[in-house]
Amino acid sequence: MAWQWFHRLGSPRWFYQNTGAWLPWLALASVLLLVLGAVWGLGFAPQDSKQGNSYRIIYIHVPAAFLALAGYYIMAISGAIGLIWKMKLSYLVMRAAAPIGAVLTFISLLTGAVWGKPTWGTYWVWDARITSMLILLFLYIGVIALSRAFVREQVADKACAVLALVGTVNIPIIYKSVDWWFTLHQPATIKLTESSSIDASMFYPLLTMIIGFYCFYAWTLLLHTRNLVLQREWRTSWAQQALRGEPLAAGK
Amino acid sequence: MSSVDRPATAGPGFSALLRVELLLALRRGADIANPLLFFVTVLALLPLGVGPEPELLARMAPGMIWVVALLATMLSQESLFRSDFEDGSLEQLTLSPQPLYFAVLAKVAVHWLVTGLPLALLSPLLALMLNLPAGGYLCLFVSLLLGSGCLSLIGAVGAALTVSLRRAGLLMALIVMPLYVPVLIFGTGAVQAALDGYAYHVQLAVLAALLAAAAALAPLAAAGAIRISTDS
Amino acid sequence: MSEPATSRHRLSVRDLSCERDGRRLFAGLSFELGAGAALQLEGANGAGKTTLLRTLIGSAADFAGEILWNGEPLSRALPALRESLLYIGHQAGVRRGLTPLENLAWYGAAEDDALWALEQVDLFGFEDSLCQQLSAGQNRRVALARLYLPYAAPLWVLDEPLAALDTAGVAALEARMAAHLDGGGSILLTSHQPLALAQLRRLNLSDHAVAPADAWVGGASVFS
Repeated sequence: MAWQWFHRLGSPRWFYQNTGAWLPWLALASVLLLVLGAVWGLGFAPQDSKQGNSYRIIYIHVPAAFLALAGYYIMAISGAIGLIWKMKLSYLVMRAAAPIGAVLTFISLLTGAVWGKPTWGTYWVWDARITSMLILLFLYIGVIALSRAFVREQVADKACAVLALVGTVNIPIIYKSVDWWFTLHQPATIKLTESSSIDASMFYPLLTMIIGFYCFYAWTLLLHTRNLVLQREWRTSWAQQALRGEPLAAGK
Repeated sequence: MSSVDRPATAGPGFSALLRVELLLALRRGADIANPLLFFVTVLALLPLGVGPEPELLARMAPGMIWVVALLATMLSQESLFRSDFEDGSLEQLTLSPQPLYFAVLAKVAVHWLVTGLPLALLSPLLALMLNLPAGGYLCLFVSLLLGSGCLSLIGAVGAALTVSLRRAGLLMALIVMPLYVPVLIFGTGAVQAALDGYAYHVQLAVLAALLAAAAALAPLAAAGAIRISTDS
Repeated sequence: MSEPATSRHRLSVRDLSCERDGRRLFAGLSFELGAGAALQLEGANGAGKTTLLRTLIGSAADFAGEILWNGEPLSRALPALRESLLYIGHQAGVRRGLTPLENLAWYGAAEDDALWALEQVDLFGFEDSLCQQLSAGQNRRVALARLYLPYAAPLWVLDEPLAALDTAGVAALEARMAAHLDGGGSILLTSHQPLALAQLRRLNLSDHAVAPADAWVGGASVFS
């Protein structure tokens, strides 16, 4: 009984049929929130007393970094669900989450570099957070590279899930060790995100952007997963129907 | 002799696995010599690249020795499960009533014995050539001893994930390198602390903790990966 | 020589369908394999013979239907099944860096038993050569020597055991199989060649093939 919804969610057909309706709403929410947050943060939020206008990059950098890390956990948890309950749809969520997470990690690195130029006078500094982000990018790249190496998608699914789980165990250790390494080699400088002392007038636009990024993430993840469902299922009769644009009968 | 006391399919126990792996490693002498030769050759290139200035070499020595040891370990591990996969004995191990965990642990232990341990033993010689100050020798040796065990364990996961792929070398490097980061940081950190005259027990303790955690978890992940890889 | 114990064992398969890479290979397969019985799986290339063997020994999990070992479902009975299993796959499981004698020792054989078994497969005199120096057929026979060890497991699952064997080797293997069946063992094997075994039944997987239109189950057949 309680498992019914879970099993249903495990059916790619049910997933494909029912998530289609969510897409426009997620798209609308993410566009509205992102536009609102960007205009508010870039145009109306006050200047920072120390960093001037260059701090405004946090309105993109922070949400991207948030989701880059959260995305890795989403990927790993989806993989774990696949391994434990043999729910194959969750492998597809995992596969879809990998490139999205990698792009977000790259965005957070890029915005960090853009911010670094006026602040530190150079595009790249081996700062603890930036270094951790770089390693996170490598972890994502490892999963993507592994997923493409196998001929059989079903084997790739399971192998990537194992790798993502191993990465999950490692991430806290990597973050702690990079932090330790950084304090060893360099005295603390201005951090990109000094979360302790952010004023409300700067924080609310940031919050809007974070929620907007979450909506955007959910939207792209759904789109990408639906795409993978069709790629994996295109030979089945329901997928053929869906691809011809015919309405699907309510089914399992 | 009609009762089934010990079926012949019960599979080899841990000590038997260890013995067989060691025997195989010793028979393929090149597998032991090549990582060591790689280690020495690459480190000999360093002064040719950055110049023979003793102070500069001394500053770079701990990091370079560690990075090259890491590469030597990783490159030698690509083939850890390869021949067993190809001849089907890896599949036989997955069918054995013995947990696959111990089979992986035995393979990793032997890999460490024939690469990690010799690398650590050889490191003082290279430290001498790279002009490492005397205070760092012991710490370098101990940190490599502990750290190479971690590297072997983590590398086994990468080797198990890629064993069914034809050209796995670069892919395995991509997968495994980010996971090596903490080991590298604490390994070189320990040597640096020793050179600066600080206590370095903490870093070595962290390395030992990483080793213990890796010994508990990495063979589990590798065993899972082997079951996945043999089903292809 | 000693025969395996006449342990009562039974492998039952009911309405089994197996899936590989999102495609159903066969459906509606049912059979029983008890003590003293032998079953030869036939079928065109890609009909799913190897997949079926791997599913039955618990190495592949994408199936629907029932697999019972001594009346218990496979998920619970797998350790018990593997205790009674001797499996020789496509890759024979002979380590090329070891000698035939060492290979059999790896499978838990005492030296005298191993020497005797190697003699049975006509490898006397080769016991101390490395397997990488032996021919493909000889390597195959090293694997088959496991069938001659005492305490050999009651259930034999053999994937193409006759491959790379000469005529004399085939005859010897048939004799060994007959003795195993007489002793209460059971055999499940795939082969393209006919075998001279009185107790042998045959099952053609192509008879259970799924029509191409229904074969594609896509990604999530487990829950559909």
